[in-house]
Amino acid sequence: MAIVIRIPTPLQEFSENRETVEVESDNVKDALEALDAECPGIKSRLYDEDGKLRRFVNIYVNQEDIRFLKGEGTLLNETDEISIIPAIAGGI
Amino acid sequence: MSRFEIESSVTPFKDIENSQILKQIGNTPLLKVELFKDEFPDVEVYGKAEWFNPGGSVKDRPALNMVKEGINSGVLCPGKVLLDSTSGNTGIAYAMIGAALNIPISLVIPENASSERIETLKKYGADLIFSSPMEGSDGAQRMARKLYEENPDLFFMPCQYDNSFNPLAHEETTALEILDQTDGKVQHFVASLGTTGTLVGTGRGLKKNKPDVKVHAVMPSEPFHGLEGMKHIPSSIRPGIYDVAVHDNLILSGTESSYDYAEKISIKEGLFVGHSSGAALVGVHEVAKSIKKGVIVTIFPDGGDRYLAP
Repeated sequence: MAIVIRIPTPLQEFSENRETVEVESDNVKDALEALDAECPGIKSRLYDEDGKLRRFVNIYVNQEDIRFLKGEGTLLNETDEISIIPAIAGGI
Repeated sequence: MSRFEIESSVTPFKDIENSQILKQIGNTPLLKVELFKDEFPDVEVYGKAEWFNPGGSVKDRPALNMVKEGINSGVLCPGKVLLDSTSGNTGIAYAMIGAALNIPISLVIPENASSERIETLKKYGADLIFSSPMEGSDGAQRMARKLYEENPDLFFMPCQYDNSFNPLAHEETTALEILDQTDGKVQHFVASLGTTGTLVGTGRGLKKNKPDVKVHAVMPSEPFHGLEGMKHIPSSIRPGIYDVAVHDNLILSGTESSYDYAEKISIKEGLFVGHSSGAALVGVHEVAKSIKKGVIVTIFPDGGDRYLAP
């Protein structure tokens, strides 16, 4: 099933400046794997050396943070959209 | 009638000089940091505890200075609404100052700002406009600019990224406090980069009074990072106030190592600082490693309690 992943501006260097990338998947983990195949190198920005999502990376399915769903095991439906949300830069 | 018309059709501003709360801005404590004592016994490290400002962050200083300048120059007058984009701390400072002086405040803030941040702004009575979470502070900046251009007569937009009164606040207060609190012994100054106001202003003020002070800027190592309030300059809208000539050295800081230092200093020394203070400590460690002896001062922009909520 095709899922849309929204790519934040600071990661669009990996997606050839595309704001969204479509992948085939029915769960978040596989969707992010498939994203790396589409956008080589992006995985290393999202995961640490131990293969865990980096602490500051926020993944949302629609409006929900996956931390409050089933993490990377969160299942996806046809119309779901994944968003990778960056931290907010810019104050000091 | 739009919400802006409702807000702006009101009473005169209160006098800054009569505000008890705004008088508490600045003159923050300079605290000795012991974290690197064993590794570098001949290096003295001090951190300016900016969370002691009444709005809880370093941003009280530039926000007050930009508002003051707006009022003094007549650009910010009763009937106008202060509008700006903010990642949070500047917004809280504006909101507090606005509440204290009766100035209506409208803030463009990325939708992914923490719920605590958003609630705090609301408690001060600020009007919030949300920008895309995907575009971060650059998106908020663009939206604020657009709102301003649509209605320039209604808004006063300090534009913290381009307003020289942002760094000037630090040149005239933070730098002088550091010189005073170290009895002029400061040799190295380390600060993280966001609007760049803290680094540029404090750096200028220190060098003006003590030209041999070395200034070290700390920047996130990657465009995609978790250091809220900090900017990876090459991949962001470049702040107009950023003056590369002020810093002698640029240090890159990873998100994880910054988080680690923030946690470490909280647990080991009871200084519960925010992530950008952790990044500053990464910078301090780099400088300590290279000098082996000397006096380093850094800025702790805010407290860690700002980052508890998702």
